[in-house]
Amino acid sequence: MDAIMTSPVSLSRPAVQRSFWRRHEKTLAPAMFLSPALFAFLLFVVWPILSSVWISFHEWDGLGPKIFIGLDNYRELFSDDKFYVALVNNIKWLILYLLAPVGGLIIALFLNQQMPGMRLIKALFFFPFVISQVVVGVIFSWFYDPNFGLLNVVLNAVGLPSIAPLGDEHMVTYAIIVAGLWPQIAYCMILYLTGLNNVNPELIEAARMDGCKGFPMFWNIILPQLRPATFIAVVVTVIGALRSFDLVAIMTNGGPYDSSTVLGYFMYEQAIFAYRMGYGAAIATVLFLIMDIYIAFFLVSMLRKEAE
Amino acid sequence: MFPAPIHTKGPFAVISYRVAVIIALVLWLIPLLAIALTSVRSLEDISKGNLWGWPSKFLLIENYSAVFTTTPMAIFLLNSILITVPTVIGAIALAAMAGFALAKYKFRGNILLFAMFIAGNFIPFQILMIPVRDLMIGLGMYDSIGGLVAFHIAFQSGFCTLFMRNFIKALPDALIEAARMEGVSEVNIFFRIILPLVRPALAALAVLIFTFVWNDYFWALILAQTDSVRPVTAGLQSLKGMWVASWQLISAGSIIAALLPVSIFFMMQRHFIAGLTLGATKE
Repeated sequence: MDAIMTSPVSLSRPAVQRSFWRRHEKTLAPAMFLSPALFAFLLFVVWPILSSVWISFHEWDGLGPKIFIGLDNYRELFSDDKFYVALVNNIKWLILYLLAPVGGLIIALFLNQQMPGMRLIKALFFFPFVISQVVVGVIFSWFYDPNFGLLNVVLNAVGLPSIAPLGDEHMVTYAIIVAGLWPQIAYCMILYLTGLNNVNPELIEAARMDGCKGFPMFWNIILPQLRPATFIAVVVTVIGALRSFDLVAIMTNGGPYDSSTVLGYFMYEQAIFAYRMGYGAAIATVLFLIMDIYIAFFLVSMLRKEAE
Repeated sequence: MFPAPIHTKGPFAVISYRVAVIIALVLWLIPLLAIALTSVRSLEDISKGNLWGWPSKFLLIENYSAVFTTTPMAIFLLNSILITVPTVIGAIALAAMAGFALAKYKFRGNILLFAMFIAGNFIPFQILMIPVRDLMIGLGMYDSIGGLVAFHIAFQSGFCTLFMRNFIKALPDALIEAARMEGVSEVNIFFRIILPLVRPALAALAVLIFTFVWNDYFWALILAQTDSVRPVTAGLQSLKGMWVASWQLISAGSIIAALLPVSIFFMMQRHFIAGLTLGATKE
């Protein structure tokens, strides 16, 4: 406000003549700049979250009237075997997906050299992340094909019998996770390559002077400096694991016998194929609550950094 | 630099490193190489089980044109472009404005709104699914390109706002103060001062959002029903159901679906990576 009042332009004219907009510009401008994004976000993100929670207290086929049934959907859910299969699978995803930051770090360390052509090599390693999960799913289901998949070609070549990973209820989830790890490792690799780029070279030189090298050097000097990259890698990996849907839908549709389902797919199946919107909303709400733990963790550390 | 530069260790180390990198790369990309080779194979090769050997003949043009003549792939591709391009423009426009407001104005609820945009990025899509689908049906936008665009703009504006806000925050306040002293209006500060300075961020966001939306599968599944609306991701999946044995067509289709994001990535690599690693390297 002060800036406008003391500017030559505003002094040359009496304040009363200036329009309402001009007088309140500095207070109104942020509201104006914010409102389109805010409106879109409230309409398509915030309101639907609240609405889903509300729907989860109802029995609803998506067309007819909603019948309020309180917590019945949740009671049913907690006694539904399929819910526990999905939950356990989500936990498997969560744990095994954490191999992605580790794998990404290993590849990043391997590729962090300056040589002609290295930029292209790094870009090619990143490839799997750029292509769609649908394509990844198609490629891997083919890889696992019991009749002609490369996996069995290799197994037979070393004298092992053929297997059908996507048809075996004990193997299927792991087989899908492996497919998911492929692009996820690529993503973490890029985060770590950027991190390694920004590691303080003087610190490394100083440590080298002191005779520090190899693993102690990595552990004591490098890894602490990669903390921001590790933080982002773990956050996106955890969220990615909990969000898993695409690969399950593409590779198995949750089968065989629902053994590869995850909460995200279970919800979709109940809502779209079984017309149980209330039950689906209850599953989504549970998944949302689990993810909130991680979102809160991310928000707190991000805002704390902000406050510094 | 860590690990120590390989050329300090002599020519043998350099050569073995080179070889190791190439072997690792081939192993890493085997799934892609296989699909690329299969996309030029003949049907006989596939029915004979020759999927991993050298193709008996190369049907590059035949197979790729067959994808367009025997499947609706051309429509899927067009749909993907019609969905992705307006989304990128819309989401970035909304986010540049919102990011500016959150970065350079002090008002009550600023941090809260910022936190909301951040948090919105990480929620599971399933919590939005039923109400968004109903809303689209109610608005008459279900199974339309416009419906997908509207949703994607809204959802992506969360990530874009977070991104733009941090980028604009780093611009010096003195710049804006000086402009205000000169009597430049707030709107003109945004258009004349902020926008030209954030061009690199806009480019980074554009490539990133393009890839995200192009590769979206979930919302294509939820909000599109007919082939005339489906983008390549959902289209490819429906092809997979129809052409189970025609691996050469599925492979060619997959390559076509990946072609645009991959080439954009290669052209805009630096921007793409800058976008993805936002905040990952500075404490």
